[in-house]
Amino acid sequence: MSDNVKFLQGNEACVEAALYSGMDFFAGYPITPSTEIAEQMAIRLPRIGGTYLQMEDEIASLCAIIGASLTGHKVMTATSGPGFSLMQEALGYAVMAEIPCVIVNVQRGGPSTGNPTHVSQGDVNQARWGTHGDHAIVALTASNHEDLFRVTVEGFNIAETYRTPVILLFDEVVGHMREKLVIPNPGEIPLVERLKTSVKEGIDYHPYLPREDGRLPMSDFGAVHRYNVTGLFHDMWGFPTDNPKIVHGLLRHLVDKIDNNAHKIAMYKDFYVDDADRLLISYGSAARSALHVVENRRSRGERLGLLELQTLWPFPAQIVRERARGMQSVTVVEMNKGQVLEAVKSAVDKPDRVFLANRTDGVLITPTDIRNFLRVIKGKGI
Amino acid sequence: MAKPKLKAHRIARDWCKGCGICIEFCPKKVLELDTEAKAVAARPEDCIVCKLCELRCPDLAIEIETEREGANHE
Amino acid sequence: MAIKDYIRERFFPHMWCPGCGHGMVLNGLLRAIETLGMSKNEIVMVSGIGCSSRISGYVDFHTLHTIHGRALAFATGVKMSRPELNLIVPMGDGDALSIGGNHFIHACRRNIAMTAIVMNNRIYGMTGGQFSPLTGYGAMATTAPYRNIDHGFDIVQLAMAAGATYVARTTTYHVKQMTEILRDAIIHEGFSVVEIMSQCPTYFGRKNKIGDAPEMLEWFKNTTTPIGSKAKQEDPSLIERGVFVQKELPEYCSEYAKVVERAMKGRS
Repeated sequence: MSDNVKFLQGNEACVEAALYSGMDFFAGYPITPSTEIAEQMAIRLPRIGGTYLQMEDEIASLCAIIGASLTGHKVMTATSGPGFSLMQEALGYAVMAEIPCVIVNVQRGGPSTGNPTHVSQGDVNQARWGTHGDHAIVALTASNHEDLFRVTVEGFNIAETYRTPVILLFDEVVGHMREKLVIPNPGEIPLVERLKTSVKEGIDYHPYLPREDGRLPMSDFGAVHRYNVTGLFHDMWGFPTDNPKIVHGLLRHLVDKIDNNAHKIAMYKDFYVDDADRLLISYGSAARSALHVVENRRSRGERLGLLELQTLWPFPAQIVRERARGMQSVTVVEMNKGQVLEAVKSAVDKPDRVFLANRTDGVLITPTDIRNFLRVIKGKGI
Repeated sequence: MAKPKLKAHRIARDWCKGCGICIEFCPKKVLELDTEAKAVAARPEDCIVCKLCELRCPDLAIEIETEREGANHE
Repeated sequence: MAIKDYIRERFFPHMWCPGCGHGMVLNGLLRAIETLGMSKNEIVMVSGIGCSSRISGYVDFHTLHTIHGRALAFATGVKMSRPELNLIVPMGDGDALSIGGNHFIHACRRNIAMTAIVMNNRIYGMTGGQFSPLTGYGAMATTAPYRNIDHGFDIVQLAMAAGATYVARTTTYHVKQMTEILRDAIIHEGFSVVEIMSQCPTYFGRKNKIGDAPEMLEWFKNTTTPIGSKAKQEDPSLIERGVFVQKELPEYCSEYAKVVERAMKGRS
C-alpha cells in the first residue's frame, strides 16, 4: 500500500492537512474531543523542526500562535467549545490586527462543560458572533476526511489570502471517526504562501495600507521594517487612532475584504440538486446522514437533493438562494436548535418553506431521524 | 580624565509637563518652573552635570549638553 | 545611539499624566538598551492593556500592543518562533498579576528568555483609579472607598516561587539602579522579572494623600532599602530593592531545540 494512503481519525487528518499546508507552529491546550490534534502535533512538528507549544490555557494558545504568525509562520491551534469560548477575545484581536491563523473547534455538546465526548454543531453562531464588535469571519466545515483535508488546506489559504483568522468548525463525530484518507501529492492542492512586502529597508512601509487588490503584504517581526500591531483602531502604520474617518474606513475594510469575496470563499457540494423538487441543506457529520437519506430516497424515485455546505461563514447566501428556488421544501439538517436554519431562512425567497430536521442530544442524527422529519413536513401538505 | 562641563540644558518645552521632579531632586537647585509651568535652568552656573534631571524626567524632555574641559585646546 | 534614536518622536509629548512614573521607566529602559548597543531590529516589545502598555507605541522596535493580561502569551509565541529576537514585555501591575496572573507564573516556570517589566503603580490608572492586586490592604481606591481589604501580592516572592531565574525590584526614584537592573535583565539567559515601583500621582497618590509626583518619589526613597541592609533589620516594614535571584537554569527555547534534535533522531 502506498505511503500516502492512511486509515485515521478526522483529527489526525486535520494534522496531515495542516502539515501539507506548511503550518509549522502549533500551540494548544488539551480538551476533548480535539486533543488528538495536539498529541499528533507534539509528535510530528519537532520532526520537521517546527514548534509544538503547550500553553497554560486556550487564551494563551491563541495569543501564542498570533505572536508566531507575526514572525512569518503558518500557525494553528485546536480546541473545543469551552476553549473556544476562552479564545474569543484573542480571535477578535486577530481580526482587528489582520493576523493569519487557523483555529480548529471540534464541536461537542454545550453550553458550558456540556457533553464533552458527544457530538454537536452548537457553535455555528458562536463562530460567527463570539467575539465582540462588528466583524466578518470565515468558518469552514467538512463531513468526511477527504473533504476535511481539503477544507483545512483551504483554511490556511484563506487565512493567508485575506490576512484573517479562519475557524475550522468540525465536530466530534468527524474528529474521532476513522476512515480512509489518500493524502494528496505535494502540489496537488495549490498553497497560498505569506505575501511579504517588497518595500526595501529605509522606505516607508505601510503594514495596514491594502494594495489595489485588497491584500496587505506583511513584514515579519525581526525583519527590516519596524511597525506597530494593536487591537485598537489604527492607521496605515498600525498606530492607534480614534479619528472617525479612519475608524469607519478600517471597519469597512475588515468586513468588506471577507464579505465581498464570499463567492470565492464559498465551498459546498451539490448532490442530486439539478432535478430535485425537495432540498436538504446540511454540513459536517449531519450531512453524512442527509446524503444517505437522499441516496436511499432516490432509489425509490423521490427527487430529493442535498446541498452540503463547507463554508458556513461568510454564509453562502447566493448559492443557497439559487438552490432553494422552486423547491417544494427546504430542510436544514443540523445538530443544534436551528443555527444554520436561520441563515437559510434569511437567504431564500420563501422562508416559510424552510424546515428543521435536528437532533441535540449528543447522538449523531440518523437517516431514520431525517426521514421522520420529512414525513412530518410532507404531512403538513408541503 | 576630563570632567564634563555644562554646555546647555536643552529642555523640550512642548514635551515638558511641569511635574517638578527635576526641580525637586536637583542637588544644586538649578531648575525652576517658569510662568507657563515649564522647567527652565534658572541658575545654570551652579549645575554640576550630575544629569539626574535628565535621567529622571518622565517626559524625556531634558538633555544636558556637555563639552569636555580643555577639549578646545587639543 | 542616543536614547532619542530609540523612540518614535512624532508621538511625543506622550499621553501619560504629568509626573507619571511610566515615563521614567521608559527613560531608564532606553538607557539600558543604549548601554547594550542593541539594534532596533532585534528587539520586540510586547505589551498588554493599560497606561503601562502604551509604552510600546513610543519605542522604535517591533511593537505588539495586545490584549489585557496576555502580553506574555503573545511574547512566548514570538520568542518560540524566532528565538534570536530579544523580547521585552512591560506590563502594569493589574495587567501582569490580575488578569494576566496565570500567564505570568507560567512564563516564570518555563524560564523562557524574555524580560518582564512590571510597572507597579498599585492602581488601575487607565480606568480611573480602581484597586489592583498590588494596591495593598488598607489603601484607598475608587472601588475601595472604605479602604481596601484585599492583600497585595509580593511580585518578587511570586516570581521567585514560580521559577523566574532573574528577579529584581527597584523604583523610579532609583533611576541609576533601574537602568543597571534592566540592562542585566535583558542580557539574562532566561525569564527575568523586574518590578519597578512607579508612581501614579493622579490616582494612587491623590487617593492615598501621598502627594504629587516629587512627594511620591520621596516616599519610594524613604520606604525602600537595599536588600539585606541594616535599615531593614531595624525597620522590617521597609521594602527591599536590588537583585533577589540571578541563576542559570536551562532556558525554554534551547530545551525545545533539544526536543527537535531527539525527534529528528528518532525518525531515522
